[in-house]
Amino acid sequence: MTQSVVVQVGQCGNQVGCRFWDLALREHAHVNKKGLYDEALSSFFRNVDSSKCDGEAHFVGGRIQHLKARAVLVDMEEGVVNEILQGPLREMFDSTQLLTDVSGSGNNWAVGHMTYGSAYREQIVDKLRKAAEHCDCLQCFFLIHSMGGGTGSGLGTKVLSLLEEEFPEVCRIVTSIYPSAEDDVVTSPYNSILAMRELTEHADCVLPVENQSLVDIVKKIKHMSHSGKPGTVIRRESAIISGQGGLIGAEKPFDAMNNIVANLLLNITSSARFEGSLNMDLNEIAMNLVPFPGLHYLVPSLTPLYTLADVSVPSRRLDQMFSDAFSKEHQLIRADPKHSLYLACALMVRGNVQVSDLRRNIERLKPSLPFVSWNQEGWKTGLCSVPPVGHSHSLLALANNTCVKTTFMELRERFTKLYRKKAHLHHYLHVEGMEQSHFSEALSSLSSLIEEYQQLDATKGRLMPDAPRLRIAR
Amino acid sequence: MSVVTVQLGQCGNQVGQQLLHSLLCDAQEGQRKELCTASRERFFHQDTHGELVARAVLIDMEPKVINQSISRAARSGMWRYGETSHFSQKQGSGNNWANGFCVHGPAHREVVEELVRREVERCDRLSGLLAMMSVAGGTGSGVGTYVTQCLRDVYPKSFILNHLTWPYGTGEVIVQNYNSVLTLAHLYQLSDAILVHENDTVHQICSQLLNIKHISFADVNSVIAHQLGSVLQPALTADSQGAYSRNPLGELVSALCCHPEFKLLSVSSIPQVPLASMAYSSFSWPSLLKHLRQMLISNTKMEEGIDWQVRPLAAAERSRNLTAGSFNTSLANVLILRGKDVYSTETAGFEDPALYSSWLSPQEAFSVWKSPVPFNKYEKSATLVSNSQALLRPLDSMVGGAWNMFASRAYIHQYTKFGISEEDFLDSFSSLEQVISSYKELR
Repeated sequence: MTQSVVVQVGQCGNQVGCRFWDLALREHAHVNKKGLYDEALSSFFRNVDSSKCDGEAHFVGGRIQHLKARAVLVDMEEGVVNEILQGPLREMFDSTQLLTDVSGSGNNWAVGHMTYGSAYREQIVDKLRKAAEHCDCLQCFFLIHSMGGGTGSGLGTKVLSLLEEEFPEVCRIVTSIYPSAEDDVVTSPYNSILAMRELTEHADCVLPVENQSLVDIVKKIKHMSHSGKPGTVIRRESAIISGQGGLIGAEKPFDAMNNIVANLLLNITSSARFEGSLNMDLNEIAMNLVPFPGLHYLVPSLTPLYTLADVSVPSRRLDQMFSDAFSKEHQLIRADPKHSLYLACALMVRGNVQVSDLRRNIERLKPSLPFVSWNQEGWKTGLCSVPPVGHSHSLLALANNTCVKTTFMELRERFTKLYRKKAHLHHYLHVEGMEQSHFSEALSSLSSLIEEYQQLDATKGRLMPDAPRLRIAR
Repeated sequence: MSVVTVQLGQCGNQVGQQLLHSLLCDAQEGQRKELCTASRERFFHQDTHGELVARAVLIDMEPKVINQSISRAARSGMWRYGETSHFSQKQGSGNNWANGFCVHGPAHREVVEELVRREVERCDRLSGLLAMMSVAGGTGSGVGTYVTQCLRDVYPKSFILNHLTWPYGTGEVIVQNYNSVLTLAHLYQLSDAILVHENDTVHQICSQLLNIKHISFADVNSVIAHQLGSVLQPALTADSQGAYSRNPLGELVSALCCHPEFKLLSVSSIPQVPLASMAYSSFSWPSLLKHLRQMLISNTKMEEGIDWQVRPLAAAERSRNLTAGSFNTSLANVLILRGKDVYSTETAGFEDPALYSSWLSPQEAFSVWKSPVPFNKYEKSATLVSNSQALLRPLDSMVGGAWNMFASRAYIHQYTKFGISEEDFLDSFSSLEQVISSYKELR
């Protein structure tokens, strides 16, 4: 069994991270009836003797004493981290896992990446090392951050490059929250593009999530639960936006949206934590879904969004779940993968689903999904027996699809609008280590990425001839 | 003589456990002392408490499946795996053949060789090694190939039979074609015989013959275990002179794999019916053999949907007709009959020279093994192990799919970072094109 370490950077990263830990505890509590510290728990938690950080760590199999999250929390202002430390999850983190400062990054990527990046380099590496040392077999770092701000975006990507430098063998899966078009941070396009280049170069996989999609999903669920139609009462704790059953009581404004992302992380790690008839490990995700080094942006979609409370209403058919995974409304970025080109697709199923159900649905959906010519059968599947809390089964689809290109093109447009006028540029160029070339290089990195997707897109629909096979001399 | 089973990766460990279980359940049924003794000796040894311990080594790069297999065996109360006969790591091979073959394999070579050595030394006489694995993933395929290479080095005179499970055509793993091509090309040089089960075929058997509505991997594995079991359970052969054969792997290999270019073996079994209908079904040897023969000729793996129009061509027609339509030419066949009235069966239909290529006489190409003891509750059952063109189409589409992907160099960076070069890929492609060409030309 392997362990993973979560590195949460910036306000958004830490708020999402907080929801993740709460829901992870809920999930394990649901499954782990005996209170034993089992392999599944050890993937994200340490078990120590006392709540002090130097407590003796317990091996798998013993009773749970004190669970400590395998996490590193970084923020250049104290507000969010302090809130976590005053809340019910405070026992899960000790001071050696935290790195905070007071003044924040002023929504400036350069401040986050260059200024704080160099100032705190040693400390960051030190804390990462400590977290890694506590692991028997560290498989993956999960980085959670937003793209639009200063800390998550700038310092977050600096952490990413440090991870690559110090732990080149360990997989880096990054969950990046992309700003919506109506984002209130004026410089978010600058921050996002500067961060994009780092993601393209240093991450193994990126799970892009757009705030607008999260908003839409939350609206949809709230609408459903308030519609009052008979048979539409949903089980509260099953909704993907719900934190019910977790430790933290009152819901805060972004909680619903952040719960969705937390659920994404729970589902992606489910097969590595629990058993199933067709296991899918984290290193298999990068292997199967990334055909070329830069093209590692995987569009996530989660179903079902909730289960109905009224048991006399027939539960949503299994097949409906598969269809939903490919519909526009369930994608976590605003894109329509069905109308773009699939390079590869992974289906991670949880719960009481058999391989025949999986095969049947793939056969059914395949004709309507355009796949690139050399990967017509490009499906990676995993079956995990343990469903998420409140559901009998669930599905996470990760698609390497050219539809991300639209998101990136919009981002580029917003960037160019500002850059043309050199608006706010001086805030960045004043930062030590920051130069205009960073901007132009980041822009061209993004443009080449978009170009690669364009080229693949151009092959869509065209009947590509099979490559001529090797001939054997007889 | 004993067979040591090496179970590699998730599939190898799941199928291996079911195979051993069904062999033992069958052996212990009713009053069949001789078979029971022979079968138990072949696959198990007895510990100091009289418990049956499998002659098996379990290898995987992550622990979940091995733990499951070990506990399933123990729960049966009839047998178990040796306490220290397994080896696992924490982190899998990531579906990456190169990771399995170049990194994990060499890193754990000594431990694995030691585990196998211990099992081999416990055998009075070693009949051979059975390596079980899938070709789609990273451990079974990559580590499995490396381990086979080690076994070949350490036991150059022993028979090594590789049992491979080929994945569903419509993906389980996206890079499965690459992993399969690399595995097959390498195994061809190392293995004595390669026995193949395809998930697609077995799935069809489950749905159409066994009427299983929601097919799970347990169902698939159970069919594979049944078919493989019916080959490996002791039987009387022409060489064994009235006693159960003591050299099953050797006889299989010498009967079927007379040429190094032709090592791919497929298996068909008849009948396959749901347990519930067995009480109501009765079978006659002539009918079973007639169906099985047509299944061979028309290359169908089930007794439903057989194309009775396909007929073997006469010799004269064959030399004119380069592509013999849908007719499946065999190099050699072994027919294994188990159950009531085996001694009065008429098998001449399988000795028809029209079924075979011209190299061997039908007497050389065809062998029959028999056992008067019914297998796995079937009053009469027949299994055909065939070295024929049956696997040509799936092999060709596997190589074709891999080649197309290779032409775009997709995923290649994932392999090169572990030490496999584009040259290695090209070598594997050429070897397999050679195999495909050889089978195509078989007539």
